Amino acid sequence: MIVIYMLWLRELKRFLRSPVQLVGSLAQPAFFLVALGFGFNPVFEQAGRGNYMQFMAPGMIGMTVLISAAFSGVAVLWDRQFGSLKETLVAPVPRIYIMLGRTLGGATVGVLQGVLILLLCMVTGFRPQHWYAVVLGFGFVGMISITFAALGMVIGSTLKDMQSFNVVANFMVMPMVFLSGAFYPLDHLPLALSLITRINPLSYGVDGLRGTLVGQWHFNYVQDMGLLGCVGVLFLIVGAYCFSKIEI
Amino acid sequence: MIRVNDLTKTFKDFTAVKGVSFHVAPGEIFAFLGPNGAGKTTTIKMLTTILRPTSGTVELDGLNPAKDKMAARKKFGIVFQDSSLDVEQSAYENMEMHGVLYHMPKKERVQRIELMLNTFELWDRRKEYVKKFSGGMKRRLEIARGLMHSPKILFLDEPTLGLDPQSRNQLWTHVKQLNEIENTTIFLTTHYMDEVERVAHRIGIMDHGGLIAQGTAAELKEQTNTASLEDAFLALTGSSLRDEESSSTDQLREYAQMQGSGK
Repeated sequence: MIVIYMLWLRELKRFLRSPVQLVGSLAQPAFFLVALGFGFNPVFEQAGRGNYMQFMAPGMIGMTVLISAAFSGVAVLWDRQFGSLKETLVAPVPRIYIMLGRTLGGATVGVLQGVLILLLCMVTGFRPQHWYAVVLGFGFVGMISITFAALGMVIGSTLKDMQSFNVVANFMVMPMVFLSGAFYPLDHLPLALSLITRINPLSYGVDGLRGTLVGQWHFNYVQDMGLLGCVGVLFLIVGAYCFSKIEI
Repeated sequence: MIRVNDLTKTFKDFTAVKGVSFHVAPGEIFAFLGPNGAGKTTTIKMLTTILRPTSGTVELDGLNPAKDKMAARKKFGIVFQDSSLDVEQSAYENMEMHGVLYHMPKKERVQRIELMLNTFELWDRRKEYVKKFSGGMKRRLEIARGLMHSPKILFLDEPTLGLDPQSRNQLWTHVKQLNEIENTTIFLTTHYMDEVERVAHRIGIMDHGGLIAQGTAAELKEQTNTASLEDAFLALTGSSLRDEESSSTDQLREYAQMQGSGK
């Protein structure tokens, strides 16, 4: 247990000790919020869909949490060759503890990022429907964090070089964000797009966040939580398996 | 202490280690020499449980690492070719993490950290982040960490690569000292002949995945009828250059150097 705790603590310390990285990770969502949030608002309101900032903020929270969590897992690729991960791989500790410590650490950092971005959204005018909506919403932040930290772990354990790292960043993370309903409503989409958004786990995370925070649902609470939960457990199992197979 | 029998590792179409057999006595310092790509690092990886051998057996202090992984891992400490320190944490935190990973009780952890950091002259810098350390200091910290849980065997994979003569000298002084005080068996690889002559009791020479000669420096010189270990080495391995293709690890390593060494 203490091993899991120490590894979790390490991820947290890394995050808190690098303020530059912390600010940097908020730059992109802040830019989206200001440029798109204010930019699309008039069109969105004319179409009778309400305030765009209210619509988009949960999406931005989902995006930031996903990116933060996924990259904490993918960093395994780097860390197993040049970082302290290698030290843990030869230690007399079952790999599952190491995988759990890291994944939970990455997920916690994701949740903290979620808090920061929520505050940022509130600065640009976002208002959750109730204070307790925030508590419910953070249930989804937690689910997104764990699910994608575990997915990142799967990828980080399987990849072999830095080029594939960039491929993953461009061909997995961005499509997941843009095809999740973070930026636009999921109804009335062309069939192909609609299908893709339905198999994208982030769609359910974003929908859950939007539903709990501002009361706009595309699916429903049970469906969102249930699907994310199943996918999360699946990724954790596959992640633990891939991690146990790492050879350097 | 280390007993290796007919150890072989085959990657898809390439045999990196071919039927290597040797043994290292308790308290002995044994050095692996060999050109790049000879299979030294692959051998160390198999000895330290991070790579599964294709065939052959390994025994560490009587334990089979393939079967008794956890018990075998407690027996050794390792310093990898690429640093495995956590540069965003202090020297002390790095040591502490190691103690936790090796199930050391708190009291023992604190004592050993102080002893090791003092031995390697890093106690005064214990609170600094490792990213601020020089190459020599990082290496010393890694060796201190590897020895913290009082292992019976210490593996050193090219520990002096990229260090200046002063740091190299100091590092070997410490290692020899610990070998004498704690009677730690040491298995090392290096490219520097002078280091080998200075510290190693016995030497194994690897080339093209096979162990082609082993013995003391004097024995190797006698066997090849040469005056220096370097000449003996060249006589055994030939003087042709080894232009192996760079692997994905080498590419990562270059990338790491571009980024200013080790993140």
